[in-house]
Amino acid sequence: MNSPLNISRRTFLKASALVVGGLVIAFSIPTAKRFLMPGAAPDNAGAAAAKLPEPNAFLRIGTDNTITVMLAHSEMGQSIWTTLPMLIAEELDADWSKIKVEHAAAAPAYVHTAYGIQITGGSSTTWSEFDRYRQAGALTRQLLIGAAAEKLGVAAETLKTENGFVISGDTKVSYGELTEIAAKLATPKAVVLKDPKDWKVIGKATKRLDGPEKINGTAVFGQDIHFDGLMTAMVARSPVFGGTVKSFDASATKQIQGVRNVVQVPTGVAVIADHYWAAKQGRDALKVEWDLGPNANLDSAVMLTEYSALASKPGLVAAQLGDSKAELAKATKSIEAEYALPYLAHSPMEPLNCSVRIEKDACEIWTGTQMQGTDQQAAAKILGLKPEQVKIHTLFLGGGFGRRANPAADFVSEAVQVAKAAGVPVKTVWSREDDVHGGYYRPMYVHKAKIGLDANGAPAAWEQVTVGQSIMLGTPFEAFMIKNGVDATSVEGIADSPYLKGIPNYHVSLHTVKATIPVLWWRSVGHSHSAFVMESLIDELAHAANKDPLDYRRELLKAHPRHLAALNLAAEKAEWSKPLPKGVYRGIAVHESFGSFVAQVAEVSVNQGAVKVHRMVCAIDCGLAVNPDSLKAQMESSISFGLGAALQSEITFKEGKVQQSNFHDYLVMRMQDMPKVDVHIVPSTEKMGGVGEPGLPPVAPAVTNAIFAATGKRIRQLPIGSQLA
Amino acid sequence: MITLNVNGKEQQLDVSDDMPILWALRDVMHLTGTKFGCGMAQCGACTVHLDGQPTRACITPVSAAAGKKIVTIEDVQNDKVGQAVQAAWSEIDVVQCGYCQSGQIMAATALLTTNQAPTDADIDAAMSGNICRCGTYPRIRAAIHAAATKLA
Repeated sequence: MNSPLNISRRTFLKASALVVGGLVIAFSIPTAKRFLMPGAAPDNAGAAAAKLPEPNAFLRIGTDNTITVMLAHSEMGQSIWTTLPMLIAEELDADWSKIKVEHAAAAPAYVHTAYGIQITGGSSTTWSEFDRYRQAGALTRQLLIGAAAEKLGVAAETLKTENGFVISGDTKVSYGELTEIAAKLATPKAVVLKDPKDWKVIGKATKRLDGPEKINGTAVFGQDIHFDGLMTAMVARSPVFGGTVKSFDASATKQIQGVRNVVQVPTGVAVIADHYWAAKQGRDALKVEWDLGPNANLDSAVMLTEYSALASKPGLVAAQLGDSKAELAKATKSIEAEYALPYLAHSPMEPLNCSVRIEKDACEIWTGTQMQGTDQQAAAKILGLKPEQVKIHTLFLGGGFGRRANPAADFVSEAVQVAKAAGVPVKTVWSREDDVHGGYYRPMYVHKAKIGLDANGAPAAWEQVTVGQSIMLGTPFEAFMIKNGVDATSVEGIADSPYLKGIPNYHVSLHTVKATIPVLWWRSVGHSHSAFVMESLIDELAHAANKDPLDYRRELLKAHPRHLAALNLAAEKAEWSKPLPKGVYRGIAVHESFGSFVAQVAEVSVNQGAVKVHRMVCAIDCGLAVNPDSLKAQMESSISFGLGAALQSEITFKEGKVQQSNFHDYLVMRMQDMPKVDVHIVPSTEKMGGVGEPGLPPVAPAVTNAIFAATGKRIRQLPIGSQLA
Repeated sequence: MITLNVNGKEQQLDVSDDMPILWALRDVMHLTGTKFGCGMAQCGACTVHLDGQPTRACITPVSAAAGKKIVTIEDVQNDKVGQAVQAAWSEIDVVQCGYCQSGQIMAATALLTTNQAPTDADIDAAMSGNICRCGTYPRIRAAIHAAATKLA
């Protein structure tokens, strides 16, 4: 770790003077080092960095000593607003109180170091930026030392840095005083990163930099943007996916005080008004006749029956070894089970919104997005502009959970269409009902499994069929993520399950259903359904083998030390073998996702059919924990999100329409439902994984396994709802 | 024209009587700390104090605020309890995406104003109308207890 990194080979870094004084650091990674996805922006990062347009900086030091960190990713609660600056502050020996943070613009320099497009997702920000942001800090420090050496007339080797100063004996020079000289120095060819034993910031629980503004109401979310001339728009969309406008009558709408215009756009009819209240009243008064299209009779209960029928026969092979059929036939004991999970909405607290101002040869967009580059390209295409003529301002995201990373750029494209049709700057605001009805759900899934046990009770043959829509089909990721007809995200956590690795005979297959309900990644993606099924099945097997669920897992996972470490820590902290108060039962689950390993023990009671989760004990091995407190917060968050889905949330369809509309019927976790959460971090020097999502997959199975322990009833369909009543 | 007293200042607004306080604050006065989450008093993101009472601004028309005092997140630090709540929120580092937190803080401040030592059950009762999709509930609970201790 202490060896110099050859910058010219690994990254392209460049320092330059700011027009207004100060120092900017930009850098990017050559194409050859990238993992380019189809549809990714063409790589001109090298050229962009060489030109150094102002927004292309990763780090700026002002003459007033402020250090501005540009975030290549979006802050949506996961705390990268703090974690990425920690990486820079560590290597720069910065004064933490002088750190400011800004979201970066949409530009090639900010593409994901592993995914090749500008995106915040896949629980990848911290590990994917771990080198890039530390290098920016280290390079800057080196330049500042060089500048101080020149200013003070001493050898660079005699200087040290501390808390925003270069120090020479008793003389201290602040970083801000050195920026002008530093900007004129040649960029070093290599930087030395600190030895981890010298870290003062990385690994230390650090308070959020965005805390104060989110506590006093001054934080600016997309929804909070206002400038003179900005109108509010609401769009009446088809009540059925795929429906189109036949005709509309806006006469009553136009009578509403504050309504300024009504325009048709590809997604429906937009009401443009002075403010939300007028837009909403105007839209309520709008009469639209819809051609509901082919989905007018869509019924999710019927779909579920169809999925179940499909699951009875094998689909396209996702993973296969040996002869599972023959082995099943001679198994001492076998189980057969069918599992089902519903469509789910993300429902971030901030309803979707996007503000757009179109000018000659330019467009500005203000929104909370997880995918700036894709949004930029979509807007440019609609307007006939070049992507670089579209400027994206990323504001704080009032939650994302995947909904604000849409390959179809749905809410941005629609807002651009509305602004274009209306000819005025427009903020398109979705109501909560629009959000719940608006699609891009976690798909519904059915799984059917047949598993044969050997004489020792271990699985000897495993057959599993998964049925559901593909989230990658029809997106730019299709060519990369769908191989031989199998969307890798539909079977992640199954096809690559550690349990299967120890079984000589298995057959995992997938039926991809071509439904026209818009679907998307939802916090933890495929793991949001696969972990529930796999960890429930393992519990079923433990029961069939008459073994303790923890011991059974330990035995099957003995070749998987990181799973085991998480499992053992969770079990130890939950005091697995110690009795609980009367009526309270435990369930356990462990799952790997996004490079991290999480085990959870749920403590649950069931009273007259009502499920109460008292406590969740969680253990995670994510490799290095850069900010242990934000890691804990992400575990708490994932547990809440996962519990809502396990206990109550579902999107269903009848006569083509979504049956839920707002938080009274799309039920999510509330204070009264939230258990105590204890999070424990496995001390680990293993490869870094993510933390935003991996805490979610084990939640549902830990709870349903506890319900089985409490009642003997195996929950095979989510949400649990009133199944125990 | 309607006169609203917001954060101690009287303001005349040219809005219809039925406009919810939320939109008068956000879209007319541009006080955007109070958030829109559901529009039907289901999530609490829009919570303000109306004569000290926690009130869902998304369903309360401006006409209901005539002659009353509205306090929003922008002014809650001028209240002793509000200040303690915000300090506890900071101490425990409650927020994540932050969008619901204005409403959470207004609801918690109202709770602690009438109940100096809330039990967990009191917190459940007072705070279950405020949804947080990031699941900051354990920290909100801890922060309310911490603020109560500070205020005692």
